Amino acid sequence: MKLHYLVGGLLFGFGLAFSGMAKPEIVLSFLQLTDFGLLLVMGAAVLIVSTSYFLLPCLMRKPIVGAEFVKYTQPFDKRTVIGASIFGVGWGISGLCPGSALASLGMGNLPVFFGIAGLFLGAYIQGRIFGDYSTSSK
Amino acid sequence: MTLFPIGIFQYALGGALIGIAISLMYAFGGQLVGQSTFFSSSLSYVSRAKYFQQEKWKLQRNWRFLIGIGTILGAVIFVMTMGEWFTTRVQWWRLFLGGLFVGFGARFSRGCTSGHGICGLSSFSLPSLIAVAVFMSVAIIVALSMKSLGVSP
Repeated sequence: MKLHYLVGGLLFGFGLAFSGMAKPEIVLSFLQLTDFGLLLVMGAAVLIVSTSYFLLPCLMRKPIVGAEFVKYTQPFDKRTVIGASIFGVGWGISGLCPGSALASLGMGNLPVFFGIAGLFLGAYIQGRIFGDYSTSSK
Repeated sequence: MTLFPIGIFQYALGGALIGIAISLMYAFGGQLVGQSTFFSSSLSYVSRAKYFQQEKWKLQRNWRFLIGIGTILGAVIFVMTMGEWFTTRVQWWRLFLGGLFVGFGARFSRGCTSGHGICGLSSFSLPSLIAVAVFMSVAIIVALSMKSLGVSP
């Protein structure tokens, strides 16, 4: 069992709930430009993750459990822009994103089952119709 | 007008906790992980479609499932220790339709708010920066349009 993933998930969900991002209303208040808190959440997280991303490989030869520190790489192509646009439409309609939807369920938000069903269906359609099974990673 | 009508404390500390969570998993596993891949990798438990039966999903679906379950339970712990149970006023059709677009778009563009938004920006990935700029702009336009059409909240 890779228990660090469970602990990481617990902290992640706690942080999402604490930050308010598990409430679609608060995400929508950012997207409607009345409360810019979401940028602070992202900024604080990025500050910490970028520090560990660049510092940990210098301090430790390899990760505690994993084989090596992996570079985070993203290709750039039309899928980046088209996918992000479609993501933006959904985010603007609902105030939901993948992590916040899961945390929202944990806060007892039962209607978010509709959102989670949508997330699975969207991921299914993507994989079924546009899924590329010739590439190895991601 | 203020930028932060309910203060900055919950945002800054909540964001820091999310950052610590991703850093912890990086220190142990050596990989920056976002949330959206969970939805594809978990489909490999139930779908026989060729895409979902690839070896890569079988290799990562268990630990990604742990993160997903952890994310739900972490929010439960928050409510039980210092928060309150919550039910959204956002209509069910918006949750479903929004989820559908978000699920498709995140997997199509290979990242979501945590993947592109936190992991990508933290590692200075230009494609992720572009993705964040695009999805944030589009989402703001859509949210403001819906608000002006009288859809609330």
